[in-house]
Amino acid sequence: MSQNISRIEGLTKSQERYIKRNESLADATKISKRADIVIHIIMILLAFACIFPLLLVLAVSLTDEKVISSMGYRLIPSKLSLDAYSYVLKDASDILRAYGVTLFITVVGSLSSLLVIALYAYPLSRRDFKHRRLFTFLVFFTMLFNGGLVPWYMVYVNVLHIKNTIFAMILPGLFTPLYVLVMRTFFSQAVHPGLIEAAKIDGASEFRIFWQIVLPLSKPALATIGLFNVLFYWNDWYSPLLFITDEKLFNLQYLMYRVDRSITYLVSQSNSLGNVSQLLSNIPSQTARMAMAIIAIGPIIFAYQYFQKYFIAGLTIGGIKG
Amino acid sequence: MEKVKKTKKRKNKLYYKNNAALYVMMLPGVIALLANNYLPMGGILLAFKDYNYTKGFWGSKWVGMENFKYLFNSDQAMIITRNTLLYNLVFITVSVTIALGLAIALGEIRNQKIAKIYQSIFFLPYFLSWVVVSYLVFSLLSVDMGMINNVLKSFGMAPINWYTEPKFWPWILVTVNTWKWTGYDSIIYLAAIIGIDKTYYEAAAVDGATRWQQIKHITIPSIMPVITILTLLKVGRIFYGDFGLFWNIPKNMGILYNVTNVIDTYVYRALTQSGDIGMAAASGLYQAVVGLVLILTANKIVKMIDPEQALM
Repeated sequence: MSQNISRIEGLTKSQERYIKRNESLADATKISKRADIVIHIIMILLAFACIFPLLLVLAVSLTDEKVISSMGYRLIPSKLSLDAYSYVLKDASDILRAYGVTLFITVVGSLSSLLVIALYAYPLSRRDFKHRRLFTFLVFFTMLFNGGLVPWYMVYVNVLHIKNTIFAMILPGLFTPLYVLVMRTFFSQAVHPGLIEAAKIDGASEFRIFWQIVLPLSKPALATIGLFNVLFYWNDWYSPLLFITDEKLFNLQYLMYRVDRSITYLVSQSNSLGNVSQLLSNIPSQTARMAMAIIAIGPIIFAYQYFQKYFIAGLTIGGIKG
Repeated sequence: MEKVKKTKKRKNKLYYKNNAALYVMMLPGVIALLANNYLPMGGILLAFKDYNYTKGFWGSKWVGMENFKYLFNSDQAMIITRNTLLYNLVFITVSVTIALGLAIALGEIRNQKIAKIYQSIFFLPYFLSWVVVSYLVFSLLSVDMGMINNVLKSFGMAPINWYTEPKFWPWILVTVNTWKWTGYDSIIYLAAIIGIDKTYYEAAAVDGATRWQQIKHITIPSIMPVITILTLLKVGRIFYGDFGLFWNIPKNMGILYNVTNVIDTYVYRALTQSGDIGMAAASGLYQAVVGLVLILTANKIVKMIDPEQALM
């Protein structure tokens, strides 16, 4: 390295010395090579522990069903087979249907949630909006206190009457208080009040200002919160657990939950129910169940590589104070 | 006087005329808030009633504190409170030790491109639903097929019936929770570490501090505010169990209730299985009130340490 420096022409002696010192400084603010290697070894082990269960499930989904019954779950399939996937994607109409429900809820839920949140957050970001403290507090208070599961359940079932409807799976994620506050903070930083003033003087309506000035300036925040919404709706099994009994409305996560629970139930009742294997034959096979899990995970893993930076931006976004 | 009042009135009228659109914009959000939060808050009254499906909300009898008396006289209240608190305490400890250590180690790696890859892998479990995680855990713990029992058998040991042995479950739940959240927590710590001014380290290096000393005397003190705030926010939520974890991973096995039942799973079971609405509502209210007190206290402490970071 020092040879390189002296090769650069036109450096005075003191400049050279300065660069050299900085290099040794940069080295003194790093860990030793040996420690670096130790950390790498630990990290590789931890990374393996992180993805090991996923690899196992993937391996099972690709293994021949008969091998599974005789040898159990193994990381390296002794006999490969794609039967599970062709069953799940072709023959299992309930799984495909659940996939459709999940897709529908994710798309419609995420977009409408984004719109409702942005529409509410925008006035809160406006300094000239008289009631912004009141409406901010209304959102903030729900983060401190809630009525609990039972009253919430009763409102959905007995007041709104949305049990066994698609709304029962969209409404729970429609208005997440934290996202409203994050969005408001972003609007007030990214959109200069003068811009809104100018648009108003030009005769633009509030909705037009919101749609054509505020939203385009807020793409990073919309992307971040949109992705958190997508993650919520895609992974939601809790709302169907509470509100859905109609099989036609099961989403993928909840279908997986049901399949799993019925197997646990059958196995635990095996003494009293007699021929369990016959009952089990109506349920997707071991490999098909694991294939279902992989299909449920797939899009998320695929998407998250591309959107990781937005997620991290969302996690570390600060200043949500009212 | 009359005139002043009149102009004020006129000003007000003008304000609402000019800003009506803003109120219209908020309408969908207000409706969602009502449905999800404020109507249910009124439903808290259920905790003081002997709810009867045929009589409905208004027709059911008032019973005062009966539901609470019944709840706290049973040994259940004690067990679920203990489980919720202890598990959360362990989860918090894990976060400020393992996740923090991981973040520091990630920040130290010389090749930060590779560090990013590790970080992505550790972050992965955060994106999986608890149902999927329960499948993953089952592939390891299944009695006849599971990977762990396979390994035990190949060493000539007897397979273990994991789902019916309470003594293993505190370990299993802590491991699974650590697996799912450590990457997430470490990203927050790492973001704070990356933000530290590099000149501090250079100054320390000039004075001859080793890298270990730099970590101890610069890195950790610099991110102390983040550690404190993250921890206190978690302390504020210590009365809330993670329903997804405690419901999905032990698969609702009755024999495990003693070590897997938290307030949230208890309320859910009371609502859906025993149908004791008043009791379930009472337990929920107990959780919400203690939770509120804890959050306010935690916030007060944050405020004393660093007013900038307080929630309110």
